[in-house]
Formats: sequence, structure tokens, C-alpha cells
Amino acid sequence: MRLVTLAWLAFLFSIPLWMSDLYVLHVLIMTGIFIIAAMSLNLLLGYTGQLSLGHVAFFGIGAYVSSLASLGFEAHLLPGVLVKMEPKPVWLGMLCAVTIAGLCGWVIGRISFKVRGAYFVIVTVSFAEVIRLVALNWVELTQGPMALNNIPALRLGTPELFELSFLRKPANYYLVLVVAVLSYILIRRLVQSRAGRAMIALRENEPLATSVGVDVTKYLVLATMVSAAMAGAAGAIYAHYVRIVDPDVFLFIYTVTMVIMVVTGGKGTLAGPVVGGLIFGLLPEILRAAEIKPEVQWVIYGVLMVLVVYFLPEGIVPAVRNWRRRHHEPATAAAPPASIEPAR
Amino acid sequence: MLKVEGLVCRYGKVAAVRELSIDVRAGELVTLIGANGAGKTTTLKAISGVLPAASGRITFQGEDITRASARRILQLGIAHCPEGRRVFPYMTVRENLEMGCYLRSDADQVAADMRRLFERFPILYERRDQAAGTLSGGEQQMLAISRALMSSPKLVLFDEPSLGLAPNLVERTFEIIKEIRSQGVTVVMVEQNAFAALELSDRSYVLEQGRVTLTGTGAELLDNPHVKSAYLGA
Repeated sequence: MRLVTLAWLAFLFSIPLWMSDLYVLHVLIMTGIFIIAAMSLNLLLGYTGQLSLGHVAFFGIGAYVSSLASLGFEAHLLPGVLVKMEPKPVWLGMLCAVTIAGLCGWVIGRISFKVRGAYFVIVTVSFAEVIRLVALNWVELTQGPMALNNIPALRLGTPELFELSFLRKPANYYLVLVVAVLSYILIRRLVQSRAGRAMIALRENEPLATSVGVDVTKYLVLATMVSAAMAGAAGAIYAHYVRIVDPDVFLFIYTVTMVIMVVTGGKGTLAGPVVGGLIFGLLPEILRAAEIKPEVQWVIYGVLMVLVVYFLPEGIVPAVRNWRRRHHEPATAAAPPASIEPAR
Repeated sequence: MLKVEGLVCRYGKVAAVRELSIDVRAGELVTLIGANGAGKTTTLKAISGVLPAASGRITFQGEDITRASARRILQLGIAHCPEGRRVFPYMTVRENLEMGCYLRSDADQVAADMRRLFERFPILYERRDQAAGTLSGGEQQMLAISRALMSSPKLVLFDEPSLGLAPNLVERTFEIIKEIRSQGVTVVMVEQNAFAALELSDRSYVLEQGRVTLTGTGAELLDNPHVKSAYLGA
């Protein structure tokens, strides 16, 4: 298993070395950014069981905060209080983006600590819509529909000594890959810790989790916060890669895309959002390359998605895992599942 | 050991428990019986800290736990075995047991306790790596009881342990509860099956509309004409 992982990583790291088609790299970068966002959503949806249908808000907040910090701004943050900020280095802007997105996650977690299920969905959807309207209408700060332009690319180091600039696609590809791997490791450590066990308990049976002494609110807030910060990081990378941000980053369809990636890949599994993200992130491009009529492309996309959800309701990763278990360890498969045992 | 005085619990404006008082001595097996909506489950939830009490006072071994958190109460030694969905369905049997000692940090003792429970319930050991949701109803109940014991409690609150179980399993469950008591753990149990509850218990409280209307030893209540007509169908 370790070897397979290493081989995969080596393959992913080698892509810019032999792939000369920049468009392919662009598609991979965008897919990678979405995979980071999907992984962050999976922490909430897959592990605590709470569906954040406004997850794109954290992504967009990350994009806007990082852009504004690196562009500088002059706006009335409160009526009559003019705040002027000089442009800051991009890496600092990205840190601000992660922090502020995380803070927003904390607030949402606190506000919604009493609401679950459908009500949590409503709180997050409303939050995303409010943030979108703010981005659209607070022209002084966000330029509204005119968008924030000329967002600088990330640069690390100083021009005199050694500078790493993320202007080109291969550099951005590596940035996304490294952040994605770090996010994966962070989520893995988190869900395998005591905190992760508490989150899963909360998902499976909340009253029982409370009665065995899990501080439900604390872990729900923690999960929302980490998840939001990670989505914010994805948004910040997006902003400095695409280098233009407009209120369309808050479109509902992006949240839906993340949910599709998590659910088809397998929610509550570590690899799920990665697999789902790769498939449903790359599929539109593959179909386009196949030169099928555009409307047919989307029909195929939709049908494939329905098929996955219909036949693999738990997602691709759990399905593959079950299939492998059945074929490689016939001994354990021989034990009948107890669910079909007659009740005694 | 456990003293509940003038407990009032509300769901919104509706009072489910009104001025209820009960008293449990160390080593006793006390049952709460009554019709649906009498406030039995609510009382247990208030004791374990899952539901905040509107007023009244709950003390455990002399310490006021009326406003304590569920964690704190568990740490003091009260385990709650709630009704209905009793296990974490997608966790394995072993993980369920580990959740039971979520607050304990004495790893060696935990391992020993788990071994002991596995010896007592070999079926759980056999199924230790199986998702708890795939166990039969009786096995899930054994798991739920074992999980409650994993916190090494001084007092266990059982809520409707016989609910949804086949008759022979009900008997088995009651035997396990008796065993637990005989090992020095105090038990408070809520039970619909009034006859079995009264036979089993040292003392019993009859709850009606959130109040205690009768109390006495199991044998006394079994002979009580009101209990007979209202709960035993005799």
C-alpha cells in the first residue's frame, strides 16, 4: 500500500516534466484546487455528517481576502471609518485568507451548534448567498461585478537572492500538489485522532456520543473551522493562479461540484474526494477532447454520475475496497453478514 | 448515593417531569415504571446531564451535579445506556467499546476491562471487527451494556433495556443487569415491562405525569391494587 502511494506521488510529481501541453496542466491545476476544496468538505460531510451546502463561501472568502490583501484596498469597513491598506506580500495574503476563512467557519460552527441536518444546510446556504451579495454590491471594496483584476502571482523569497515565482503553470501545479498532499495528511491525522473518533461518533449517533462524554459542540466547531480554513486556502491559491476574482466564485454550482466529488468518490473516506475529484474534474475535459457534441457531453456526465450514485451508493472508494476484500480474502467473506441473520 | 429532589424538566413549555424526587442507595437496583410520557426517560436524561434540569437538585455521592456537563457526570461514575439506537452502527464492536471509555486515560486498565467483557460476552469477541450495525438486536444490547461498563461506572442508568428484544433475550438482559448489580454497581432502570421490573428490583418508583405517585419494594408494589390494575393488567 505504501509503495502504491509513493508510486502515485512520484507519477503526479513527474507530470510537468514530460507533459508539454500547458492546457492539460491548467486542467490538472483547476482539478487539484477543487480536490482540496472537496477534501475540506468531506471533513464536514463525511466525518461529522453535516452537509455544508454553502461551502463555496469559504472558498470565495479565501480568494477575496488573499486578493485584497495583496492588492491593497481603500474602503469604509464601518460607516465613516476609512481603512486603507497597502499591498502586502502574497504569502501573507494567503495566510490571512486561511485565518479569516477559518474564523468564518468558527462563527458558522458556533451559530449552528444547535442545528443539524436540514437546518445546518439552510444556515450554510444562506451564509454563502449573503457573502455573494456582499461581494457583488460592496463595490468600493470588491469592485463588485467589475472584478478584482491584476492579482499578483505568488512569489517566495527576495528578488536579490533567490526568488520562486508562481507565474507559470508547472510552478502552480507543484503548489497545488503540495498543498493537496499537506491537506490530505492533515485530514488523515485529524480523523485518526481522538477528535476524529469523536466526530464519527457524532455522525453515527449524536445522543449516544453525548452520553459517552463527547463534547459534541466542540468537535463540530473544530471540524467546521478546519474545513473552512482549508477551503479558504484552496480559494487563495485559485485567486493567485487565475489572477482575477469576481462574485461568480460564489456560484452555487461550485458547491454542487464539490458535493458530487465527495459523494461519488465516497464520503467519509480519505481517498474518496481525491478519486471523485479526479473523475468528475477531468471528465468534462476528456469528453470535450473526444469531440462529441457539447449537449451530449453533459448528458454523458450526468448519466455517469447517476450510474455511480445508483450502483455504488456508498461511493467509488468503499465499493472498490469491498470488492477487493471479497476477492483477496475469501475467508472473511465466508462469514455471513449478521444483518441477514434471523433475529433471535 | 444518588438523590433527586424536586426535579423539573421541560421541553419548551411542556413540563415532562414535575417536582420529582427519588433516592437511590449504594448497591441498590431501583426501577422507574410508568406509562408512556410519565417522565421516566426524561428523568434519566436529567441525571446523566444530557438534558438540563429546569429546577430541582440532583446530588451524586454528596456532590451537586444538577448543572454539571454530561462529561463531568460520566467522570464521576454515572454511565447512561440510552434507549432506541444503542450503538454506533458503522463503528466496529471494538471501536464501540473504546467509545465507552472515551474519557478514560488508563490504557492498561481499559485493556483489562475490555478483555474481561470479551470473556463474559464471547459473541462480542467473535464479532469484534464487525460493524456494530450488523449485529442482531440482542447482540447490540449486550454491546450497549458492555460499552456502558467500559467507563467503569459506580452507577448505571438503563433506559428500556428490553425494548424491541425477543422474550428469551429480555430475560438474558435482565440477568446481565442483575449480575452487574451483584458486582457492586448501583443500577437505576426504566422499564415498560412493569412485572419484570418489579420482580427484579429492590425498590421501585411509579411515575405518573412527571411525578412519583407510589414507591416501595418490588414485592410491595406487586401486591398493590393500583399497580396491579394499572400496570400489571390483573
